[in-house]
Amino acid sequence: MIEGILIGLKTALSFQNLIMVMIGCFAGTIIGMLPGLGPMTAIALMIPITYGFDPATGLILMAGVYYGAVFGGSTSSILINAPGVPGTVATSFDGYPMAQQGKAGKALAIAAYSSFAGGTISAIFLLIAAPSLSKVSLSFRSPDYFGLMILGLTAVAAFSSKGNFLKAMMMCVLGLMLASVGQDTLSDIPRFTFNTMNLSDGISFVLVVMATFAMSEALTIIIKGNDPSKAAKQISLTDLGSIKVNKEETKQMAATIPRSSILGFIVGVLPGAGATIASFLAYGMERNFVKSDEKEKFGKGSVQGLSAPETANNAACSGSFVPLLTLGIPGSGTTAVMLGALLGFGIQPGPRLYETNPDIFWSVIMSMYIGMVVLLILNLPLIPYIARILAVPRTFLIPMILFFSVTGIYLMSFNNFDIFLMIGIAVVATILRLYDFPMPPLILAFVLGGLMEENLRRSLLISDGSWSFLWDRPLTICIMISILIIVFWQIFTSFKTQKKQHV
Amino acid sequence: MKINSVKIISLLFFVLSAFYLYTAHQIQVFAFDEGAPFNAKTFPIYLGYAGMFFSGLKIILPDQKPIEVDPTFLEFKKTILLVLTMIVYGATILKVGFFLSTSLFLVFSYYFLGERRWKYIIIFSFPFVAIFMYLLHGVLAVYLRDPLLKYIGIMG
Repeated sequence: MIEGILIGLKTALSFQNLIMVMIGCFAGTIIGMLPGLGPMTAIALMIPITYGFDPATGLILMAGVYYGAVFGGSTSSILINAPGVPGTVATSFDGYPMAQQGKAGKALAIAAYSSFAGGTISAIFLLIAAPSLSKVSLSFRSPDYFGLMILGLTAVAAFSSKGNFLKAMMMCVLGLMLASVGQDTLSDIPRFTFNTMNLSDGISFVLVVMATFAMSEALTIIIKGNDPSKAAKQISLTDLGSIKVNKEETKQMAATIPRSSILGFIVGVLPGAGATIASFLAYGMERNFVKSDEKEKFGKGSVQGLSAPETANNAACSGSFVPLLTLGIPGSGTTAVMLGALLGFGIQPGPRLYETNPDIFWSVIMSMYIGMVVLLILNLPLIPYIARILAVPRTFLIPMILFFSVTGIYLMSFNNFDIFLMIGIAVVATILRLYDFPMPPLILAFVLGGLMEENLRRSLLISDGSWSFLWDRPLTICIMISILIIVFWQIFTSFKTQKKQHV
Repeated sequence: MKINSVKIISLLFFVLSAFYLYTAHQIQVFAFDEGAPFNAKTFPIYLGYAGMFFSGLKIILPDQKPIEVDPTFLEFKKTILLVLTMIVYGATILKVGFFLSTSLFLVFSYYFLGERRWKYIIIFSFPFVAIFMYLLHGVLAVYLRDPLLKYIGIMG
């Protein structure tokens, strides 16, 4: 392991990669800060650029963008009460009131220190957990993988859908359907190509991500007519106050950070849970831990109320890399985008990644930590200047996002068809978004589609067409039972609602 | 059961799944693969059924969180204009070239979204695209097709 860490450090600390982390963190902060644009959009916009680099450098850039975007999301939560991502909603509970009290600089500093500490602690957990889990996951077989992928999809649908489980499952199926377009991997038989050569290679992952996130988010902002620049005027973006944190506040943070980190990491590892649930759980847990007089301050600018969700959401981000790196199964929408990018580089994450590409495995882990350091020393002093980006009018912002999306696809294919397909998917995604159909399950399913079919194929061929592989091994049974519990619980809740409505 | 937009979307999804299932059955597999436990159409067939199952449930069951979007608050005109501009941009980018089509796309998009400060519109279109092209083509050596600039002799 020490050797691996040194390899990772050597790769991550090379001059080019350090520059990439810095650019990634900076670009991620700016994109993540813009309301409506989160880490997934930030990473999606970066993918075409990363393909010009070697895999390690590309991934390091994306890891930087990821952390930068999470940090940027907190900034817009605190300054304009408009969380860039769901994971930073809880941050606004106490961050925004603190900013309203004229302590915006302090709130940003607390968020930055908490993110750094949460990220650091969870990076250490990741360092220990990932190799151990890699060894365990070597015993996993095709049926287990197939089961795990369904579990991942149902869990993401259940947790990310905010009560719209069926809508999320429909999005999963739609993602799988889109993934099935193109030639069958084994027999090369064309499927759903409608005799169009343009579809014979399938639909590009970058195209789907750009269309469902970057482009449809931009269109959603326009159609909803919500103007972030108007909201930005609520707090002065030029005078954020001091970023110094006093002794008392440091003491409060010191108690909050360890417990929120552990909670965030564990929640992050679970498929589908992610930063949003981690931050809300940490906020709730912290409220129960503090003394009653401190409890009163929650929602009115509490240091612990701000520190806990910030620590937990960063810890969860690191935690979500565990299933991706060790099993090759992403646990969240963002890690699904990362998986797609890895596959684009010709790298298959999973238990063998640790042995076959140790430089990539370790450099991603080490670059996360370096990303945290960069965020702290580079972004914190620059925040007063970066914050002014929030005042960029949408009349310039939206066309730029659309331009980067179209250019990204154009540079990859030099094909009109792909651009039209992307616009079509973006329009459909915008309509679906308007009616609360979640997009992360679609992306997760799109990325997992090929792997899922492959594992189902192997399982069915080994068991000679029998579905008994689902209950042949204790591990598979456990996975299947978990899936059934999630599905039936969600459907049961729907029926309960129907009954209540009738009453 | 109350008919709302979500139910209509679910119904459309049901129809799409049924069409997908029908198309999945039409996939031509090799003769020796016809009776195999798994062939090119097995997975799509399951997907078709899954799509019909979930959308069917969504149609039958009530919404846990009913959502209605008030069309009066939606900016249809701007969105449609922007989508049309993107379509024209996509149609012209190969023929007209990256520089001119992108610059014009940006100019029209800014204008349609309500920007009227021409100084900024010009700065953030033609010079911006030129710098972007220089970074991509000149610095990062990413190929950019531009027949117009090639004809003028600016690009090789």
